[in-house]
Amino acid sequence: MDFVSVLSIFVLACFVGYYVVWSVTAALHTPLMAVTNAISSVIVVGALIAAGSFGLSSWLGLAAVTLASINIFGGFAVTARMLAMYRRKER
Amino acid sequence: MGHDMPAQWALLAYLAAAVLFILALRGLSSPATSRTGNRFGMAGMTIAVVTTLLAHMPVLADGSTDWLTLGKVGAAIALGAGIGIVVARRIAMTDMPQLVAAFHSLVGLAAVLVGWAAYLNPGAFGIVGADGHIHDVSRLELSLGIAIGAITFSGSVIAFLKLAGKMSGAAILLPGRHVINMGTLLAILGLVGWFTQDQSLWIIATITVLAFFIGFMLIIPIGGADMPVVVSMLNSYSGWAAAAMGFTLQNTAMIVTGALVGASGAILSYIMCRAMNRSFISVIAGGFGAEATVAGERVERPWKRGSAEDAAFLLEEASLVIIIPGYGMAVAQAQHVLREMGDLLKERGVTVKYAIHPVAGRMPGHMNVLLAEANVPYDEVFEIDDINADFAQADVAFVIGANDVVNPAAKTDKGSPIYGMPVFDVEKARTIMFIKRSMGGVGYAGVDNDVFYMDQTMMLLADAKKMVEDIVKTLRQ
Repeated sequence: MDFVSVLSIFVLACFVGYYVVWSVTAALHTPLMAVTNAISSVIVVGALIAAGSFGLSSWLGLAAVTLASINIFGGFAVTARMLAMYRRKER
Repeated sequence: MGHDMPAQWALLAYLAAAVLFILALRGLSSPATSRTGNRFGMAGMTIAVVTTLLAHMPVLADGSTDWLTLGKVGAAIALGAGIGIVVARRIAMTDMPQLVAAFHSLVGLAAVLVGWAAYLNPGAFGIVGADGHIHDVSRLELSLGIAIGAITFSGSVIAFLKLAGKMSGAAILLPGRHVINMGTLLAILGLVGWFTQDQSLWIIATITVLAFFIGFMLIIPIGGADMPVVVSMLNSYSGWAAAAMGFTLQNTAMIVTGALVGASGAILSYIMCRAMNRSFISVIAGGFGAEATVAGERVERPWKRGSAEDAAFLLEEASLVIIIPGYGMAVAQAQHVLREMGDLLKERGVTVKYAIHPVAGRMPGHMNVLLAEANVPYDEVFEIDDINADFAQADVAFVIGANDVVNPAAKTDKGSPIYGMPVFDVEKARTIMFIKRSMGGVGYAGVDNDVFYMDQTMMLLADAKKMVEDIVKTLRQ
């Protein structure tokens, strides 16, 4: 992919993000932060590629995989824990 | 290790992961759909990880699978998963802001590590040109990714220390900080430009060090009530760091996710600033907590003190009670007994509503989580725009652990530091009950509140939890 194609995806994704995030209810802004935290750890993709290489960059990659994994598992788990607490009135 | 572009199927899988991440955020538009949304997020992450492992399967020189490396990767994931899950299970809901700050720092550091790995071994990332150097544009993306990641890391560490109370939460003002910050920022941008021409180690190393330094410098002067903006802002940065790395790897899942997270943090920062009527620039410039301690002189005025029995009597007789909880309620751990009080009132036919200000907690939406944890149904909890009209019909406005968000000076007094901040119209309620430790303390903004001295106001001076427990006791009699 050339730079302009990648940039196009990025710019369009910013607009998608803008409209999707404004639709999030204020009551769920804390879970929103927790889950965005988890998904921004998609950086694990880069970490895995680095881990599969050799030498120092492989060790840097392994360290990054560990950090990103803390975030992925911790982020989704804490989001799930919070969301499970939101209940409607029993009628 | 594959050096060429990932196969078509892998690109499609990353696209699917990106779509699932969008759906994860979309699910948060209502609590009813949010749990499904979270599962979409997990599915997206699983797809991204499995795709990467399959598309970049580590191989030995003879072409066979490198099981040792795969084992190390598995161990790294297992270690991270173990730590993450234990922390997520144990964390108290009041401590959520510092947990989120800590998580942000990890994304930032991971971005720095991945950026350095890509610099040291560009072949593995497929970013080497025919001349044996890293592509110019890749160098730009790489250095920006490292810089944003480093800022996110050190800024989040400071935010974590402040929120966790391991460092003074107040704004710490260093002399000449604006000059130092501007200089450092310009130096980083200059070096990033230089790096696109010359891929020397010292340039990228200097960028990394300067970025760590400025992340620290940017957050140090911000404190107190501005912390929710800081947490949101760092959320945004962690997204931009992931997006920059996505550019380097030309990975759709990373770019889309980075943009989503970046936009999310930016919007939350904007919402927090608007809720405090502060400009983003003035928050970044810092020092709010420091100026605010200079309060004007207070004139002694008459006020009325009430007891738990008086409060219980009026609450029982009411038909509509609106509760305004602030962070002080969470500090006193009064949310559970408050919900108990609400239940007792509902049994007596009283309508109970909760009114939440956007800055009621230490991060966006924090108070909603704390109330949800105390089993308050979310359809009894309202945002400021949806409830302000109800105060005219309310018999009791019950203020617990909040202060500035009910201060009418925000509407009338142009000289007040909180002028222009949206506030609850509690003065329209028939009776205002104000739980406060003593008459001496003031809110974050350090200003006096006319509500204390109104005819219909009953000051309930006690620890919030103790007072509500006493009211509950009286109601049970």
